[in-house]
This record gives sequence, C-alpha cells and structure tokens, in this order.
Amino acid sequence: MAKYLLLKHYRGGPAPVVDVPMDQWTPEEISAHMQFMSDYAGRLEKSGEFVDGQALAPEGTFVRYDGEGRPPVTDGPFAETKDLIAGWFLIDVDSYERALELAGELSAAPGPGGKPLHEWLEVRPLLTVPSPTVTE
Amino acid sequence: MDEALLRSLTPTVLGILVRRGADFAAAEDAVQDALVEAVRVWPADPPRDPKGWLVSRAWHRFLDATRAEAARRRREERPEAAPGPVSSVDDTLQLYFLCAHPSLTPSSAVALTLRAVGGLTTRQIARAYLVPEATMAQRISRAKRTVAGVRFDRPGDVATVLRVLYLVFNEGYSGDVDLAAEAIRLTRQLAAAIDHPEVAGLLALMLLHHARRAARTAPDGSLVPLASQDRSRWDVASITEGVELLQAALARDRLGEFQAQAAIAALHADALTAEETDWVQIVEWYDELARLTDSPIVRLNRAVAVGEADGPRAGLAALAELDPSLPRYPAVAAYLHERDGDLATASLLYVEAARTAANVAERDHLMRAAARLHAHRPG
Repeated sequence: MAKYLLLKHYRGGPAPVVDVPMDQWTPEEISAHMQFMSDYAGRLEKSGEFVDGQALAPEGTFVRYDGEGRPPVTDGPFAETKDLIAGWFLIDVDSYERALELAGELSAAPGPGGKPLHEWLEVRPLLTVPSPTVTE
Repeated sequence: MDEALLRSLTPTVLGILVRRGADFAAAEDAVQDALVEAVRVWPADPPRDPKGWLVSRAWHRFLDATRAEAARRRREERPEAAPGPVSSVDDTLQLYFLCAHPSLTPSSAVALTLRAVGGLTTRQIARAYLVPEATMAQRISRAKRTVAGVRFDRPGDVATVLRVLYLVFNEGYSGDVDLAAEAIRLTRQLAAAIDHPEVAGLLALMLLHHARRAARTAPDGSLVPLASQDRSRWDVASITEGVELLQAALARDRLGEFQAQAAIAALHADALTAEETDWVQIVEWYDELARLTDSPIVRLNRAVAVGEADGPRAGLAALAELDPSLPRYPAVAAYLHERDGDLATASLLYVEAARTAANVAERDHLMRAAARLHAHRPG
C-alpha cells in the first residue's frame, strides 16, 4: 500500500523510442491513443488502484514573491524548458514491482501505426506518514 | 448513539447471516445497509435489543436484494442451512480469517477487514487511505469476489490475520478515521475470540506503541525521537495493560515475533529516563527477533541497540555486516557515526538519509540533523 506518481514528460526523459510528434499522427491514431488512456484509467479504477489522473497544459508561468505589498513577479512562459511534464497517474498499489508493471502497461499506449509508443515514464514514490512501530 | 457498540456488533451480525445461508458478499452488503440505517434511526428511536434489530434489518435487506429471479432460483436449489449451535465468537473468528485470506493482496485484506469486521463505511476507509471512494468500493468488491468460493467453516491461519491488523496499525492516523485506534479495537476483539499468545503479543505491542503517541510528535508536527520524548506524557494505563498482556503471553512459552517486538517496546516503556533503558536486554530481544523473522530491518534496529549497549563502534561493526542499500541504513549509520564523534561523516550521511527517507516527518527530522552538523562537513 503505497502511492506512486507515474509521470508523463513531453521532454526531459531519456531519448524517446518513437519520436514523431502527435500533430503528425493521423486523427484516428490520436483517438486510439486517447481511448487507451481512458481505458487504462478505467482498468485502474476497477482494480482498486486508481487515485488520480490529470493532463497538464504545456505552457505554464513561473511566479515568485516580490516583497510586502507588491504583486508577485511572473516570468515565462518558456518554450524551451528542459523538462516538461505532460500529466500523470497517481496509483495506490501493494508494491513497487506493481507500480513498475502498471507503468510498463501505460508505456504501451499506441502511437503512429497503432504500435506501442514505448514511452519513457517516470515512477516516483510519494512520501508517506511515519509508521508508529517502524519510526522512532 | 453508541457508534462503538454498533460497530462491535458488525462481525456478529454478519456471521449470523452467513450461518443462515446468505453468501458472504451479499450478507456483507446487507449488514452495511443495516448499519447505515441504524446510524439514521437509532438516535431518535433506540432499539431495546440492538443486535436483534441489526440482524432482523440486515436479513430483510438481504432477502430484498436477492429477490431477483436468478438469485431466488439459486436459493430454492440450496435449502437454507439451519443455524447450528455455533457461537458468535466462532463467527467473528471466521470473519477475521476470511477477510485476511491468503488469496487477497494486503491492501484488499485490509480494506475488507475494516469494512466487514470493523463496520467502517467504504467512504471512511477511502478517506483513511486517501484514495477516491469509487476506487475503494472496487477494491472491496474485488476482494469479496476473490473470497467468494472460500468455505466459511474452516479454521484459517491466525498469522495472516495478525499481519493485516499490524498493517492497519502502522498506517497511523491520516484521515478522519484513527486507524491505529481501530487496529487496537479489532485486535482486542480478536483476542476475546481466540486464545493465542501472538494475538496477545500484537495487542500488547500496539498498546505499548500507542501509549507513546502523544509524546511522539512536537506541537509543530515534527518527530520526537524516543530518547527526547517527555515520558510523563506516555499513557500509563496503556502501558500497564500492554505489559500485563505481554507477561501472560510470555509465560506460555510460545514465543513469536509480536511478543518479541512487544518485549522491546515494554523495555523502553519501563525506563523512567532514556539513560535508564536496559539496552543489553533489548539487544537480546533483537537477537531473538532476528532468529524468528530473519528480517534485515530487525538487524538494522539491532545495530542501533548494540550501539547503545556496547558503544557506537560496536554498533558500526554490527552495521557493517548489513546491506547498505537497506532502507534507513544511512540514517542508522549517520546516528552511530555522530555518537562516535565523527561529525563530518555523520553530516554527509544525514544528507543521504534525508534524501532517501520514505516519509515527510522522518525526512524533516534527518534534514534538521544534517543542518545541525553542517559546520562539521568537510569543505
């Protein structure tokens, strides 16, 4: 029983196996990809492992505090940020091995030609609350 | 309305329905419905016989739910089993076994136990484990399907039940349900249903750890290590009960891992100040525990105890025999090096320990330790 974030990156991971941007796929290939994602979320819910799934807009703004009484400073958007997060699934599973297995499944989402994308996904454990008999 | 009473009746009522021939999954749903109704109705109209009320209401729910044609045919083919001369204690015990059945994954067993034995709602369990209610509902119905074919009349393995209860206890206190208190309640109920030294050992272990709960966190939420805890804040009643349970269990001479863990907790509870801790005896119990479980985590904790009993050098020697990739190894190494006066090494190890910590409170604690020794770090 531990939660893991399966992070989907637009950029920033190891070199992609399939390097064709989605705007160059056919509309049917895009639909098949989206259908896969929604089926995947459905399977996670049925197996009792789904916590959350979200997609992020690619462009964001950097914001910081600029002192008492002043509006926050904003910067960006930066088109060329090295790392760019596309979205995530948050899962609650029995083991790290199960988290890897589920990430492997998600990575098989279809791309051009309906073939698996082999997309690199990042698996990050969430920090937990301390267990009374283990901590101290 | 007495919610504790209501929830303590859950396994008995469920057991009675199953004895009457209801299948477990349907009976469990019916009992949940009856519990929800009780919460609504009892405050204005408390029943004279709460158990009888629940049994009758759950049974009617069950009949309503199975009135579908297919279900009725099934029941006609299989005559209802007459309620045999079986006590509710046995029913309760069977439920524990079923909900901890080895065919279930740990998280399913935990969820099913909390609902079918603990009488918690799916929403409460979902909140306690910080997952959506729909996910928890699926987890529970899958678990029910998994155990659907399991016979209800065969004794199970009490060790599997204890592991599930231990998991619930260690989940701690996030959410609006106090899972540690719930684990204690369920273990106490199990101890009343079965005479087994390890059940008593686990209950003792939980009580002894629970006794320190108030002292374990500072007002700002940060972790207070055992040695720095205000021992006047330990719950004496819990400690007394835990120690008595443990002594009675140990006297039966059937040692198990939970009794050994409880013995270690009892030795800590026994020390009026951290300096008075009997570390030599604690090391002996860790040796016992290592023989019983062969767990690397136990050996890691043993190294800490050796460091206290025989000095940090001895602790480091014990640590050197272990795999450095073990979780919390850097934290233990950092602590022992600090005690040994090697602050530069300790500081670097605390940084690594904070980086690999699995929970927020521990990470923050280790980060503060690293910061405290920062000046000693090699330039």
